[in-house]
Amino acid sequence: MTPIFFLVFAAFAVFCAINLVVQTHPIASALSLIGVMGSLAVLYLQLGGEFIAAAQVIVYAGAIMVLFVFVIMLLNAGAEAPTFQVSRFVKYFGILLLFGFLLLISFLIQATLPKADGVVFGAFQGGTALDIGRKLFTSYLLPFEVTSVLILIAIVGAIVLARKEV
Amino acid sequence: MPTAVPLSWYLILSAILFTLGVAGFIRRRNIITVFMSIELMLNAVNLSFVTFSYEFKQVDGHIYSFFVMVVAAAEAAVGLAIILTVFKNRSTLMIDDVNSMKY
Repeated sequence: MTPIFFLVFAAFAVFCAINLVVQTHPIASALSLIGVMGSLAVLYLQLGGEFIAAAQVIVYAGAIMVLFVFVIMLLNAGAEAPTFQVSRFVKYFGILLLFGFLLLISFLIQATLPKADGVVFGAFQGGTALDIGRKLFTSYLLPFEVTSVLILIAIVGAIVLARKEV
Repeated sequence: MPTAVPLSWYLILSAILFTLGVAGFIRRRNIITVFMSIELMLNAVNLSFVTFSYEFKQVDGHIYSFFVMVVAAAEAAVGLAIILTVFKNRSTLMIDDVNSMKY
């Protein structure tokens, strides 16, 4: 059952990612990116990352993508005009090279990864909010606090940049 | 059909998504789509982190991908504000038209 789940959602993620790259209208790309993020959330759940899957849906697919869609609507971004033309040979040769590169990477990953047990759903239970919270407030306390400063700076920066008179 | 998914499948999926993100980053001319390709690359890296976290049975990988999400949120807020400012000053979103630093 687990491999079928993986294959379905991996295929959906790859399809959406290809769609993101080939679509010319930004809103279509944004919807494809939401598809990628949703299927990745399912894969995180399969790997035992309950909290990360929830955060992926809430923070990425929820907050960040809503921001993107707002900006696309605000700027009234239309379809992208083709600015440079490439010959058909270059286009198909490029796609061929991309496939070759991906095959090489897959081979390298298969060859260098030590033999490990496969992923079984439920074999790793350490990804709950309890575990992450405990780790975040003990060993990762300093990065966590620095993150709050980073977010404060980002808020101030976004407000300053988006002011009326710049 | 085996009952367990090999670990390498997740890493290969991560590599495919990252490569597609790079391809979009290079190929697209709209600044918003370029930005979305960067988000795709960050997502691909997050998948690798969570996969290795499963393999080593440690929660640290989840924490790293949580920090990546936080930084991505901050980056999206500032980056989109910069895009708004660029559009206000130049009335264009195509990165080829914003080239005054080049000459």
